[in-house]
Amino acid sequence: MNPADPLLSVRDLEVVFSSRGRADVRAVDGVSFDVRAGQVMALVGESGSGKSVTSLAVTGLLPARGVRVGGQALLRGRDLLAMGHRELEGLRGREVAMVFQDPMTSLNPVIPVGLQITEVLRRHTGASRASAKERAVELLGRVGIPDPRRRVGEYPHQLSGGMRQRVMIAVALACDPALLIADEPTTALDVTIQAQVIELLASLVREQDTAMLLITHDLGVVAGVCDEVTVMYSGRVVERAGRRELFARPRHRYTSGLLASVPRLDGDRSARLVPIPGTPRDVVPWSRACAFAPRCPAADSACASGHLALVDDGPAHVHRCVHPADEPPAAPSATPETAPTTAPTTTTGAPS
Amino acid sequence: MSVITPDPQRSSDPGARDASGPPADALLTVRGLEVHYPGRGGLLGRGGAPVRAVDGVDLDVVRGTTLGLVGESGCGKSTLGRAVLRLSEPTAGSVVFDGTDVTALEREPLRLLRRRMQMVFQDPMASLDPRQSVQSLLVEPLVAHRLTDGRSEQEARVRELLDLVGLPSSASGKYPHEFSGGQRQRLGIARALAVEPDLVVADEPVSALDVSVQAQVINLLEDLQQRLGLTYLVIAHDLAVVRHIADAVAVMYLGTVVEHAEGDDLYTAPAHPYTIALMSAIPVPDPVVEDARERIILRGDLPSPAAPPSGCRFHTRCPYRQATRCDTEVPVLREVAPGHVVACHFAEQVASGAIAPA
Repeated sequence: MNPADPLLSVRDLEVVFSSRGRADVRAVDGVSFDVRAGQVMALVGESGSGKSVTSLAVTGLLPARGVRVGGQALLRGRDLLAMGHRELEGLRGREVAMVFQDPMTSLNPVIPVGLQITEVLRRHTGASRASAKERAVELLGRVGIPDPRRRVGEYPHQLSGGMRQRVMIAVALACDPALLIADEPTTALDVTIQAQVIELLASLVREQDTAMLLITHDLGVVAGVCDEVTVMYSGRVVERAGRRELFARPRHRYTSGLLASVPRLDGDRSARLVPIPGTPRDVVPWSRACAFAPRCPAADSACASGHLALVDDGPAHVHRCVHPADEPPAAPSATPETAPTTAPTTTTGAPS
Repeated sequence: MSVITPDPQRSSDPGARDASGPPADALLTVRGLEVHYPGRGGLLGRGGAPVRAVDGVDLDVVRGTTLGLVGESGCGKSTLGRAVLRLSEPTAGSVVFDGTDVTALEREPLRLLRRRMQMVFQDPMASLDPRQSVQSLLVEPLVAHRLTDGRSEQEARVRELLDLVGLPSSASGKYPHEFSGGQRQRLGIARALAVEPDLVVADEPVSALDVSVQAQVINLLEDLQQRLGLTYLVIAHDLAVVRHIADAVAVMYLGTVVEHAEGDDLYTAPAHPYTIALMSAIPVPDPVVEDARERIILRGDLPSPAAPPSGCRFHTRCPYRQATRCDTEVPVLREVAPGHVVACHFAEQVASGAIAPA
């Protein structure tokens, strides 16, 4: 494999949930992106954007019934979506590892944390009991758990939230996976602990050349760690760009609106926030128009097309907007919700 | 509320550490507040050391303004908010609301006083009864406080409340599950406002909401404050949100207030090492800022509030910790600038750079 090739290539991923007597729900609708070794791709979106369903589809963790998955997810050229259950199980934990939001629901509460790590090791590497235990101690130490030799024998409930998340990361790292999928890995944690965990994940990517797919709603976390950002809305990619480019020059109105609506530690304190009106539930199907149109201040009849494609906008920057935001990202004009009296904090400026 | 006899004597509780009296225009004055829960452990599951959730807090909230109370989970901020309304029973100290000590009230006068103090919760889905219609949810507090009679009057009031929080009057026949998170939080706010309170304690009012919706609710809270002259105690972990809506900010760590400042002072000149670390840990949605920042990564986790560390409670994690005093001597809140108090022995040296973080 050419080292420049992406490790994971997702192409035209589709996930449709169907249940009898109800209309199908197209949760993921033709999503494509690449994740490269030693890099972090952030998948950003709100509830209903399809970001978590994307990660579950890629790892084959969606329920078998009532779900149709289409497209490809190529890991080093092998399609994960075409693999059988057994083949996929052999891959998960070894080549692809996952870290989820809530470690309490992903760790087994009645098994000591050390055993949950050695289980993975012995299954995938055939390590002996003793060497697996040594490795577990080493891994716990590496993720920053103090006194790892004592902690291996403890149960999840004996650990704090931050430590449990570290254990999850240690489990994920047990077999040196090539791809790490982290779905809101710090959302349940306090900010000071979040900073520790983000730092840990970033160092893994740097030092182990791991490819990371980071799924989050937190633009602040994204601004700190990723290389590329893919923004999703209602099941589709609406924008993708390099980290600095996206924040400096958001083009899709959803991206620019999101950036303008977030209160910032370094923003103008007295400036009124500019919210995006409505809720993520107010969508129209992409087959008829831009799904964001009902909430978009710039929407007009041109947005009511079922064929809104991603358009190129400069190197490695694509978006799916008919009326892209101007530069610098301006406040959307008066929204139905509120009429802003002051300009929003801009997202282009140098640190203030 | 003529039944309530103001008892200003209680506000000068001898146990209070802060000698300064409350500002003349304070609506809420908290002095020496402690909320301890019985400890677990021992043979009968009792008799362990008590959990000192709130352990000696002084606060003032000036009428018509917003005090932001920030801290991480387990710092006692929610317990404090509940104790102000006596939803949690204080172990010691006083909570004086408009001249009346809430902690000394009997059942009936407390019930009457609660009309003027309302709470907005984090998760509106958990705090709104799913089987009650919006109409019924909003009328319930009116009936409980005997503020309405007659169906037409109730309906008019419900329409008025829905309008106040930006929901259509057609919402009155619906049920909570028919609304989105942001709309449900609007309902939670409408319900709190139904009885025309003076003080609203909002515990994490936006943290359960989608990012794009948070700004709507923050703006709504600001608008309502202006229109109705409300006083807010906003409890949140998000310093950026609090900075936006609060007139003064208090930072809690392990049951005590470690820093308290007016206006933007806490953000422009954070003086307590914990505040400094907290601020540096908060990501800013701007790569240019993020790449240039020096982040202070705190080691370890929050110690147990049942066995708080000796001396300064933060000393076990403090990057500026000194060899003397920090682990032996409890720092008291002292003024480092007008209206800016901090509980750190070495605040000046930390601020001047004389002490560098480890």
